Amino acid sequence: MAEGELKLLGTWASVWACRVRLALHLKGLSYEYVEEEIFSNKSELLLKSNPVHKKVPVLIHNGKPVCESRIIVEYIDEAFPAIGPSILPADPYDRAVARFWAAYIDDKLEAEWVRAYRGETEEEKREGRKQMFVAVENLEAAFKELSKGKPFFGGDTTGYLDVMLGGLLSWQLGSEALCGVELYDAARTPLLSAWAQRFGALDAAKAVLPDVGRVVEFAKMRRAQIAAAAEAAAAVATKN
Amino acid sequence: MAEEGKGEVKLLGLNVSPFAIRARMALRLKGVSCEYLEQDLFHKGDLLLRSNPVNRKVPVLIHDGKPICESLVIVQYVDEVWAAAGDGEGTAILPADPYGRAIARFWAAYIDDKLFPALMGIMKATTEEARAEKAKETFAAVEQLEKAFAECSDGKSFFGGDSVGYVDLALGCLLPWFGAVREMFGLEIIDAANTPLLAAWAERFGETAAAKEVLPEPDKAVEYAKKLQAHWTAAAAAAAAK
Repeated sequence: MAEGELKLLGTWASVWACRVRLALHLKGLSYEYVEEEIFSNKSELLLKSNPVHKKVPVLIHNGKPVCESRIIVEYIDEAFPAIGPSILPADPYDRAVARFWAAYIDDKLEAEWVRAYRGETEEEKREGRKQMFVAVENLEAAFKELSKGKPFFGGDTTGYLDVMLGGLLSWQLGSEALCGVELYDAARTPLLSAWAQRFGALDAAKAVLPDVGRVVEFAKMRRAQIAAAAEAAAAVATKN
Repeated sequence: MAEEGKGEVKLLGLNVSPFAIRARMALRLKGVSCEYLEQDLFHKGDLLLRSNPVNRKVPVLIHDGKPICESLVIVQYVDEVWAAAGDGEGTAILPADPYGRAIARFWAAYIDDKLFPALMGIMKATTEEARAEKAKETFAAVEQLEKAFAECSDGKSFFGGDSVGYVDLALGCLLPWFGAVREMFGLEIIDAANTPLLAAWAERFGETAAAKEVLPEPDKAVEYAKKLQAHWTAAAAAAAAK
């Protein structure tokens, strides 16, 4: 195989793992997928491959691990230039713009979404929702500028930002159930709403993205688990 | 030295901002002449606000009128556009091989996600307890980076090997702030006893032409930290008064 041995450690619900799987699918690369039990029992291989963060996703290429979803996707693009379409644009300025928005998606949009979803107080959740809307508004404007009337951030075909945002799609479509409000809305974010539908219809998306209902159920359970753990920790702290 | 015909380059920065320092050093490593515009972040100027409307932060590289934001994005851009340039200290900032690039990006992200917030947390802490907690986090991060240095440098002088590379820039820009934390709180973030490799690396880094030109003295960082603290205190008071 031209690509060598590719193994991906992930979990079905992980948006970060979804990004990597989308990228692999779009490139047409075959790989072995390993579903990790990250809450109960992290595997030896995961702990050995990502000793610093002990998190998924980890892409192991010919035995060498690559961690962090944005880094993994760039790696895939650079390590397999002759296989499948390019993910990042060719022009350095366009690449810089793509990298800027990828960082924004993670540092602003996703971070605020998480606050809206499981902020510790109602106040925090409210602030998260507010900031999440600011972020998605900025992203809507970015989409307009970058797509130039075409279907994707990448133009006629999907590119880096489509993958970066697309990996989050199942969770984002569960926003109403999880954050109390839709993230994409035909009135507020018409371009991104249309993009979300278009992206979701792609073969790669259908193959990789988890069912929204299943994600919502899982997310609610996770949120309850995290809250219970925080309460327990606080109880121990006050006792001591 | 400077590449001809690559267009007009401006950099909006702040002398003590580690992020701006990265961008300036990258340009210096490539021998790119640029117009440097020091910004007042307490009274943001028009050009900054127009060039980085989303985050309103430095650094911003403006190349032929087109803005590029986020320090690591800028460093990669400079590396790609001025690929063939260099001032004799070494040309490529990121290595050529994809795996080497992934490792370099990983550690730069680690510095931004783990080390930098903890370090700033030391500055921002309002209680001794909180400060101690952030110091602990900072030391833990630096310990990881000490190991990373051993792996990445492969016995050579820098994370990038024989010459200053991506991770060297990502970490080296924090040296004035390590100095500031030493002066303000008596904390040695890196030292010969606990992090011998990084301590030796820091000296070598400081000796490079680019560092000598761009890195400010720690007391500049101390001065700025005091300004920031006054600003944070005022903002907290204003928020509490609401």
